[in-house]
Amino acid sequence: MTVLTPRDEADLAEAVAEAAGAGTPLEIRGGGSRAGLGRPVQAEATLSTAGLSGITLYEPGALTLVVKAGTKVAEIEAALVAEGQMLPFEPMDHRALLGTEGEPTIGGVVACGVSGPRRIQAGACRDAMLGVRFVNGRGEAIKSGGRVMKNVTGYDLVKLICGSYGTLGVLSEISFKVLPKPEAEATLVREGLGAAAGVAALNLALGSPFGITGAAHLGGGAGGRTLLRIEGLTGSVGYRTGQLLGRLGTGWEAVSGAESAALWREVRDVARFAGRDGAVWRVSVKPADGPVLSENLSTAGLDHAALYDWGGGLIWLSTAETGDAGAGPIRRQTAALGGHATLVRASAATRAAVEVFEPEPATLARIAAGLRAKFDPAGILNPGRMRG
Amino acid sequence: MEMPVPDRMIIDQKATLVARLVQALGADGVIHAAEELRAYECDALTAYRCPPLAVVLPRTTAEVVAAIRVCADMGAPIVPRGAGTSLSGGSLPTADSVILGVSRMNQVLEIDTANRFIRVQAGITNLAVTGAVEAQGFFYAPDPSSQLACAIAGNIAMNSGGAHCLKYGVTTNNLLGVTLVTAAGEVVEIGGAHLDPAGYDLLGVICGSEGQLGIVTEATLRILASPEGARPVLIGFASSEVAGACVADIIRSGVIPVAIEFMDKLCIHATEAHAKAGYPMDVEALLIVEAEGSEAEIEEQLACIKEVANRHNPMVLRESTSEAESAAIWLGRKSAFGAMGQLGDYICLDGVVPVSALPEVLRGTAELAASYGLRVANVFHAGDGNMHPLIIFDANRPGELEQAEALGADILRLCVDVGGCLSGEHGVGVEKRELMGHQFNAADLVQQMEVKDVFDPGWLLNPAKVFPLAASESRRGG
Repeated sequence: MTVLTPRDEADLAEAVAEAAGAGTPLEIRGGGSRAGLGRPVQAEATLSTAGLSGITLYEPGALTLVVKAGTKVAEIEAALVAEGQMLPFEPMDHRALLGTEGEPTIGGVVACGVSGPRRIQAGACRDAMLGVRFVNGRGEAIKSGGRVMKNVTGYDLVKLICGSYGTLGVLSEISFKVLPKPEAEATLVREGLGAAAGVAALNLALGSPFGITGAAHLGGGAGGRTLLRIEGLTGSVGYRTGQLLGRLGTGWEAVSGAESAALWREVRDVARFAGRDGAVWRVSVKPADGPVLSENLSTAGLDHAALYDWGGGLIWLSTAETGDAGAGPIRRQTAALGGHATLVRASAATRAAVEVFEPEPATLARIAAGLRAKFDPAGILNPGRMRG
Repeated sequence: MEMPVPDRMIIDQKATLVARLVQALGADGVIHAAEELRAYECDALTAYRCPPLAVVLPRTTAEVVAAIRVCADMGAPIVPRGAGTSLSGGSLPTADSVILGVSRMNQVLEIDTANRFIRVQAGITNLAVTGAVEAQGFFYAPDPSSQLACAIAGNIAMNSGGAHCLKYGVTTNNLLGVTLVTAAGEVVEIGGAHLDPAGYDLLGVICGSEGQLGIVTEATLRILASPEGARPVLIGFASSEVAGACVADIIRSGVIPVAIEFMDKLCIHATEAHAKAGYPMDVEALLIVEAEGSEAEIEEQLACIKEVANRHNPMVLRESTSEAESAAIWLGRKSAFGAMGQLGDYICLDGVVPVSALPEVLRGTAELAASYGLRVANVFHAGDGNMHPLIIFDANRPGELEQAEALGADILRLCVDVGGCLSGEHGVGVEKRELMGHQFNAADLVQQMEVKDVFDPGWLLNPAKVFPLAASESRRGG
């Protein structure tokens, strides 16, 4: 397959305009580590963002980072660490879970709207985004937002582009709000609570004023491991750890530093499902509904394993990849409880046969299709990635 | 200020329109007498006024649907209105328009502290949201200065911020879901009590769309556990530029305070005469920096902040030691806008600049003001670079409003030129509409207008706002 590798935004615009004119569907590719997300794309050419790489501007004193879309996440994280800062939303690395290779790019993070455990406190990827530049399906370079902390000038296309899987435009540059890396971190660990009591403990802590930045329960049934993270100035982390231990009851232990960080990398990357066969779903409901959803699935006879992040509101489900991989019972639950489910890992055949994203009510589906038609009239950008 | 020529045909059909609206909402839900319409002729941008054709005040989503269907059927533009506190003319009507006010939709629908959200009708005031949950130890974070009066509907339309968004974010970061009535009168639920969207982030683009994509009738908002305590430190400097540099250094130091507010001398003196907050009168600028948490945590953060501040040779560094002192420090800041009214008429700008550019922009603003012979006071949320220069003028002197507006436009262009934007929290409305071309090119604006084309193909909702009139003309033709 032809691979187009534009060197700059003007080059990118030209390549897209040409493809639009010729009606050539493009598969947009960053590092390739998330290529299996969404539905399979039937493209005639690959458009790589590898040539759009580098940090355009980094002002630690203004907490602002502007990067080209093809920049490797590792390069960004290294630059931030050197200044004691970080991306607030702790993006997941999908490689282990999806079994992919390649270097994750920031454009892929944004296109897939990837956020990690800290999302509950510091916001999602979209919340850290101050501005974007992208090339729409007509081959026009468009900007929205900027590089300042507050901006209500015109419509917030930044949010619309984040998580649109390249179907509304090809990202060329993104500006982020970054945050100081916490001076200290600690994790409170409790073994054997079970999902219901574990998630209840997480929400007790999340309802306290102690600024929880991670709240996960790993493993279902009667056992499992419940984790709560606290970050900040050293004295403050110590104080809050003490307060929480006082409120949470017995059996909790505190770990800190690198040991704590390792626990959250595991949560972030859904490591427990990485080596496991079968399909993986990502479900968002309100936190207390997490264990309810899993129980109801068991009652409905769906064999599965569950991991809970975001206080129970983000559920990772491992199911057998047979039939619809569990789509029927899972979607009955999201419809009843309110929320949505995305099939994150499955073969291309399953992802083509099953609705990967939560089906939308007719009015919203019409609005989404209308937006796609305006941003990409020729239908050449990742066609089919989000909807058939 | 130019507004589109009202459609004579619609005005001529007022009697029919009103009769149909009364039929849909009942007589007490429709205002149409000239003397009563005067109350809706402007919002907080009082320099521009025009009574609407009629006002509807629905109580439910169903009534909003009914009103929209009548207006759509008759081709009457709809101007959404929350509490009418917009500073950019977001709810300024035209003579052929119907104002759809949500002020009677002010009920709390659901409180769920276990899952940390509240669901409300969108006409509820910002402060009433916190009021509904504070007894349980929670609060709603966005806190615009007008929070006593302003409605959540308007907060969503303008993506409002406030003094504490440095730590907690603005409306869009705290909005989980909405019930939206489209221009075609369809009701859609977007988002909910769960996090993050299923498909495209429509919630993200609706928030801040200035009532142009639909009418938000209900909202699900994130609530947070109230901090154990909060305490400000007041720091006075010998120049505005040094104060601006100190802001950037505090941000850089690794501590993110919950708020950093800036006031210059003109503002300090006006505020002190008004509120008697005990501010130092000999400084050129002061910062109010607030830290949150337990007493020990506040101490830990303020120690870092004071260390940074001391590197900038402050003339005054006063740490609040009691609730009464904290309240006095904030009283001054919160009454600043009222106090400025004592100095004359004023225009309040809302540009945002990178924090690192604050010293440069403060200097540039002063130079521009001098070149116009007008006074400018500065009071703003410095931590996020959201400047609110207040241009003081005398509306009774012919030409002075126009001069003040021209100075305002120059200051906003300066903000854009250093990498900033026209508006951080007030919105574009009619006020900054014609400046949009300085921040965006034609393709950028068309892409935004195409979003409205999808949600509102007839451009019925708040049509004369946000986009330069010439740019939107062919679409508004209807």
